[in-house]
Order: sequence, then structure tokens, then C-alpha cells
Amino acid sequence: MYPRSFHYHRASSLDEAVTMLGQLGGSAKVLAGGQSLIPLLKLRFANPEHLVDLNFIPATSYIRAEEAALHFGALRFGAMTRHAEIERSAMARTIPLLHDCAAGIADVQVRNRGTIGGSLAEADPSGDWANALITLDTTVHCLGSGGARSLSLQDFITDAYTTALAPNELVTEVEVKIPPKGSGGAYVAFKRSAPVYPSASAAVQLTMADDVCQDAAIALGCVGLTAIRATEAEAALRGKILNADASGNDKTIATAAEAARAAADPQSDMRGSAEYKRQLVVALVKRAIQIAVRRARGEHVEGVHLYA
Amino acid sequence: MPETAAAETLAVHISVKVNGKSYSRGVEPRMLLVEFLREACDLTGTHVGCDTSYCGACTVLMNGLAVKSCTIFAVQADGSEITTVEGLEKEGKVHPIQKAFGDAYGLQCGYCTPGLMLSAHQLLAENREPNEKEIRQAIAGNTCRCTGYMNIFKAIELAARNMRGA
Repeated sequence: MYPRSFHYHRASSLDEAVTMLGQLGGSAKVLAGGQSLIPLLKLRFANPEHLVDLNFIPATSYIRAEEAALHFGALRFGAMTRHAEIERSAMARTIPLLHDCAAGIADVQVRNRGTIGGSLAEADPSGDWANALITLDTTVHCLGSGGARSLSLQDFITDAYTTALAPNELVTEVEVKIPPKGSGGAYVAFKRSAPVYPSASAAVQLTMADDVCQDAAIALGCVGLTAIRATEAEAALRGKILNADASGNDKTIATAAEAARAAADPQSDMRGSAEYKRQLVVALVKRAIQIAVRRARGEHVEGVHLYA
Repeated sequence: MPETAAAETLAVHISVKVNGKSYSRGVEPRMLLVEFLREACDLTGTHVGCDTSYCGACTVLMNGLAVKSCTIFAVQADGSEITTVEGLEKEGKVHPIQKAFGDAYGLQCGYCTPGLMLSAHQLLAENREPNEKEIRQAIAGNTCRCTGYMNIFKAIELAARNMRGA
């Protein structure tokens, strides 16, 4: 299958890419990892006249840790950092939820190409990164013709496949604040097979003091037009003692998972009926909370994606 | 910049090293890497399966990493080193991964096999002694509709053993 013909523009710097986008106008698209865009072009769901390729721009793929006086520091990811690089990064493992997410996206081949910046800029409601990162303090750094600006991830993604990016603006870096001590998180997605998008996913980040939940962030993926923050599920955990032992019978966790079910707004499609996905949300949230609690205690728990 | 142009005016000159040999060609930007390998380089060992980035039959190594060549444009491979199944054989001797797929009956119709062997290649380059879970994860992007995978796992375990000289 061939996409419609297009003109190919290879940017050698981010500034040049922005200039190119400005000159080419609305008929241009940005090519990052291409793992979502190229299939869309081949199916001719997207038919841009111009593609601006970011893959040859040096120094856009990196992971850096940053010390800070006012918080616990941050991790900075160059927009073109591939999922596989994050999966392999010891630095990214300091926030276990990031490793869960990176290591579970599609398959090895896709992770070798797909990028964190591209995933956020595409804003696919089934994409993994947006749902995982929305539970953390995440800032998206952008560059456009008017210069650089920074947006919180909440403000960056405005709707399904829609971001606050101007047509000639790019994501340059994704900054994730390192959660405080006593915080633990997990990202769990359920997929029918490795290469496909999840049927549903849950991201949980908890801050615990002893066994009491001080703060909670819970997000649901693939069950709405954007990642959904399950605020009532979060409220159900705050100030409560959480017992995440293997029995899985903790009443507070079960209450939160039920609240998450109510927050989900799924559509029936080839990945499952709406009712099935709601049920999936309950199970995934429960599991993610249990892993998050154990990680907050300092336990090492391997996060895994689940397959049908 | 022209608003519209015939295909030939779109052509971009690229130079790609495939299995150690340089190929310089003018290609249309929309040409996929898999078509470049099959049609411009006459290397038909890389197969087109689903053509939608699902099945992994078109997997090749790009600078040592497994990628789906149906989901990369040839222009993006400019300056890179590609290894296809034809590049696994060295001096008339099949690669230990190839030999193990034969010895362990890790194939039936063989259509998915080149892609699987290249996914296995990345795995074994990074991990000399993978366990079954690691093998499963490494080839999760490769679909086989014949074998049920069990002999493929055995073939990769066998290749790992042979490559360690164990």
C-alpha cells in the first residue's frame, strides 16, 4: 500500500523544522517515529502534501535528570526519544510507572521507532503515554514561530487527536517531575495482542505515609476522548489505610475501582463492548493500585501488561 | 516550492548500506523501506505480510535494531545500515539462528521466518541467555499462523545455546 505522493523535507534543526512548517502551511505534517502516522498515510486517512521529517535532527533523543531545590527534581525526555530507549533507561526506572508504560507499548519493533513526543502530539485516546503521564506532574515544552512555550500535559491535550499545538509548532521536550519519597505508581494496560492498542488502561500514582494514602492520581485510557482522571476514585483513597496484600480484598481499593468504572466512558468497538471495557477498568485500577501501594513501600514489583 | 509536482520531481537521492553493500538510488518519498529492499535492491527475502504494521513479516535490522520495514519510508533509512535475512549468512555458512530454526523445526510455511529471525537477532545481541518470557516478549511483534510458536521458542533457545558455545 502506498500513501498519496508527498514532498519530503528533512529538517536539520528544530528551528528549521518550525520554519519549514510555517512556509508549507496547513498541508504539511510532521514525521516523528511514524509508527501511527505511516499506517494512516498508507490507508489514506491522512493525505498531507508535505512531510517534515524530524528523524535527522541531532540531540533530540535524550533522557536527563535534573536536580531542583523546590521539588525532587525532574526527568527530561527529548521529544524524539524512542520508547525503547526509555524502556532500557535506568534513569527512567526511578519512576516505575514510566518503565511500565515504555516497556508495554506495542512490540519491540514499534518501540524501536516510536517517540514520546510523537505519542503526545498525536493525542490518540488509545495512546499509552498521555494516560501514564497525566498522573504525574508533566510539562510539554514546545517550539513555534513565536518562540518556546511550556504547557502542562492537562492543557496540552485538548480533545481526541487534538492538542494546543499551533500548526507550525513542535514538541521539543517532555519534563516529568520526580514524585516525592513514599510515592509509588503503576501503569497497566490490557491488550488483545502485543502490536495492537490496549482495550483499556489504568495509571495510578499514590503518595503514602505508612499505610495511609496521602495523595492519589488515577487515570483511565482508551475509555474516553482523552485520558480520564477518575477524581472520585482518587477521593475514595485519600486519607484511607490501603492494604495491598495478595488477597486483593481491600474494601477501599474495591470502592475506588467501582468509582473508576463510573468515570469511564467507553465506546463499543472491535476491542470490546462498552460494558466489557468498564469491567476491565475495575480490574485494571485495582491491580494498578495494589502495585502502586507496594512500590510506595519500596518493594520491587515488575509491572506487566496483560494480554487476552 | 511547487504546489503540485509529478512523481519524478519528488525523487530524493538516498544511499543505504544493505547487508554491507551500498545502494544509491533516487526514490519517491512515499516508497516504503520494504519496497526499496525488494524492488530497488532485489532482496526479496523480506516479506510483506499485513502491510499495516501488525504482523512483523517485514522485520529487518536498522542500525542493529529490529524495525518493521513496511512502516518506515526508504528516505528515512538514508545513511543507515540495514540487515535483511540475506545478510545473516556469512561466507556460505548459515547464521546459528538460521540453523537453529531448521534444526528445531521453528517454521512451517516460512513466510514469517525472516522477520522472526531478525527479531531473534536483536534479542540475542542484547541477551545471550534469554528465558522463555524474554523470548516471548522479543517476538511479540511477529505473527506466525502455522506453528503455534512452541518450536520457534525452542529454535531461539537452541540458537542462544549454540551461540554461547554451551
